[in-house]
Amino acid sequence: MSESLRVDVTIIGGGIAGCAAAVALRKARLTVALLDKSLCGAAASGVNFGGVRQQGRDLAELPIARRARPLWDGLNERLGEDVEFEATGHLKLARSDADMAQLERYAQDAAAHGLRLELLGTGALRSRAPWLGAGVTGASLCAEDGQANPRKVGPAFARLARRLGADVREHEAVRSATRGGAGFETRTDRLEVKSRFLVNCAGVGAGEVARWFGEDVPLRPLVPNMLVTEPLPFFIDRSIGVCGGGVYLRQIARGNAILGGGGGWGDADCSRSRPATATSLAAMASAIALVPALAGSLVIRTWAGIDGAMPDHIPVLGFSATTPDLVHAFGFSGHGFQLGPIVGEIIAELLTEGRSLSPLAPFAIERFAGATAAPCAPVDVDA
Amino acid sequence: MVIVGAGPAGVRCAEALVHAGVRPIVIDEAEQPGGQVYRQPPTGRARRSSAIYGFEAKKAVSIHRAIGDAGARIDYRPGTLVWNVYGDGLDLLTREGSRQQRFDRLVLATGAMDRALPFPGWTLPGVFTLGGAQIALKAQGVAIGRRVALVGAGPLLPLVAHQYANAGVDVVAVLDTTDFAAKRAQLSGLCASAGTLAKGLWYTTRNRLRGLVVRYGVRSLRATGAGRVEALAWREASGEECSVACDAVGASFGLRSEAQLAELAGCRFAFAAAARQWLPEKTPEGRSSVAGVYLAGDGARIGGADVAELQGRRAALAVLEDLGLTVNRGERESLDRALARQARFRRALDAAYPFPGHLLDAVGDDEIVCRCEGVTAAALRQAARDHAAVDINRVKALTRIGMGRCQGRVCGEVAAELLARACGSDLERVGRLRGQPPVKPIPIVASAP
Repeated sequence: MSESLRVDVTIIGGGIAGCAAAVALRKARLTVALLDKSLCGAAASGVNFGGVRQQGRDLAELPIARRARPLWDGLNERLGEDVEFEATGHLKLARSDADMAQLERYAQDAAAHGLRLELLGTGALRSRAPWLGAGVTGASLCAEDGQANPRKVGPAFARLARRLGADVREHEAVRSATRGGAGFETRTDRLEVKSRFLVNCAGVGAGEVARWFGEDVPLRPLVPNMLVTEPLPFFIDRSIGVCGGGVYLRQIARGNAILGGGGGWGDADCSRSRPATATSLAAMASAIALVPALAGSLVIRTWAGIDGAMPDHIPVLGFSATTPDLVHAFGFSGHGFQLGPIVGEIIAELLTEGRSLSPLAPFAIERFAGATAAPCAPVDVDA
Repeated sequence: MVIVGAGPAGVRCAEALVHAGVRPIVIDEAEQPGGQVYRQPPTGRARRSSAIYGFEAKKAVSIHRAIGDAGARIDYRPGTLVWNVYGDGLDLLTREGSRQQRFDRLVLATGAMDRALPFPGWTLPGVFTLGGAQIALKAQGVAIGRRVALVGAGPLLPLVAHQYANAGVDVVAVLDTTDFAAKRAQLSGLCASAGTLAKGLWYTTRNRLRGLVVRYGVRSLRATGAGRVEALAWREASGEECSVACDAVGASFGLRSEAQLAELAGCRFAFAAAARQWLPEKTPEGRSSVAGVYLAGDGARIGGADVAELQGRRAALAVLEDLGLTVNRGERESLDRALARQARFRRALDAAYPFPGHLLDAVGDDEIVCRCEGVTAAALRQAARDHAAVDINRVKALTRIGMGRCQGRVCGEVAAELLARACGSDLERVGRLRGQPPVKPIPIVASAP
């Protein structure tokens, strides 16, 4: 016998976005059931690099990234636990004049969104970050960007959602969701949930959910590959990215350096991922080129996680094109961590007011109408 | 054909394959064959084998020589760490750097390590594991201290006490955290391996005749000292509180299988109630759940060195059968009979040395559970409570337990035990820490291969 629930909103997927949506919806006094196939915050939300970064994002994402940023300052207080957010600043490194020109152009564009970036030439950069390698010729610094512990943010949001009365169910993989006259019916092996609204935050599984409602989106799995070293004396005081990608790295206060870059292996059904040795070794070599002092440090763990990526590397965020009262929020393409908290708010705005304060047109699912699943171009995924 | 490990299981497996005309690659982390049990002194520091290995000297020498005797018929690669398995490839770390080795068939003979349990003072300098104490003696010819207290919950305890006393160390206490009655009750089962039993009784008797303080049913251990261990205190089975001055403690509580490579190889695991550990499934012949991957020795199930030799030979026969080669039926049947007899002995031995769960029941909030990351029992319990966590990987994510240099090899099962106690769950339900490469740390290097 399956258990039946009736709520205002069913959320599929307990990543940061889904859990933050549950929190925001409870504050708006809607009843919420959240269903996660394993544990909340354990997939892409929990195993990513932990970059809380605005600079370098697609300009279309900057308005929501700008709204997300102040939420991080108050997150510990709001969640009642330390998610280790620190505004360490983010340095995007240039290794050529062309890189520097690209950073200058981006800084101008970002300024229009109120994002102030400081451009550093070789000399200024050397004095600020003497530990950078000789090949680095300049950088763009976003002082207000930072980093946080991804393993803690999702579970903390899930816990707050529970405290606020959301019905959070883990190990409940959704098998089907349909819409009838009385609203949505969402089924797992043990549960049947009836609701007026449905939110699709299912990460790499979101493409399948969208297809249940006749929306074929070209969502592809993306498997970021990560490494962490043993604790080292602290010296990398900024989060680091580089023009052209390949590697990104940061060091946490207790000394471990975390590096990412390139892709690992994902299972065909996207249930498990594995780091790939060639990728890990290449990331090591690239990291040494940027930060030579990392040479010889010991890597104690490598891992990979699976995110959903769109061909244009920006998410699908907004109402369904086919089904009323269905909201999609997926395809964050390897850089959704910083956005998670605001995406929860945006989902609540859509369901309670029918519109968002943020410009969501670039994220409309309609942009893929008639699209087939084209191969994803390689992408810089440093969050 | 690749064998990982050159202890008793790996060496005997290699030898049996060579006999059948197969040339295996034997990859071993150590510089010389023997594994931990027959670990050799460094080159140039050789000592008389009978002084190092006692009764087992003949076996040890035979294992040491087997690889050399095979000459070019074994491709022996010492000093090489296998840090990952993926698909049909192994990732290796050699002195020259990282490289890869493909395999058609893989025998994992990865051995075991001490099971450490937390008790007050267990992280003080001067507190070692029993296995560590023994390795110091075997490989380096040094003791862990001058006045040494030894604590255990397995057959290694009387052996190490004997070896230390023989080496002239002042062994101030030999404390067994399991009850003597449990051993007496298993006598008939232990007779399944009469030779091993006789040796165990001999060590125990010798220890008593030397006048060593030997106690059973010891509870509530505490190591104390300012900056390093200076004394060990305990409660006797009678309830009496005792203490001895010492400058080193050797304490561990049975062995745990080093099964990380089997996990990375994709082998299916099952919870083994007797071992209180998740272990790779295997057939009596040594086949894992993955075609072409075989398991032998303590790395898959704790059985001891003699069983490891038998399993190594048996796994070789399984490999040969799977290659479509004929194997000697008499040899196969005699191995299977010997393994069945040893299995009876092992069941009795496990019952004679039951898991000292009382030590875990007594772990206080301030106790460090994960040494690498400095995570206390309180942090684990709070995470379990605040997040209603019943999954050890969730607690790992929240507390960093098992995320340090040892990657949970030391603390993983202890954390699972404490979590099960904290949430009133059974041990199986809290699961096990997911294995991730590298199984041991590897350096960041500049050149990709």
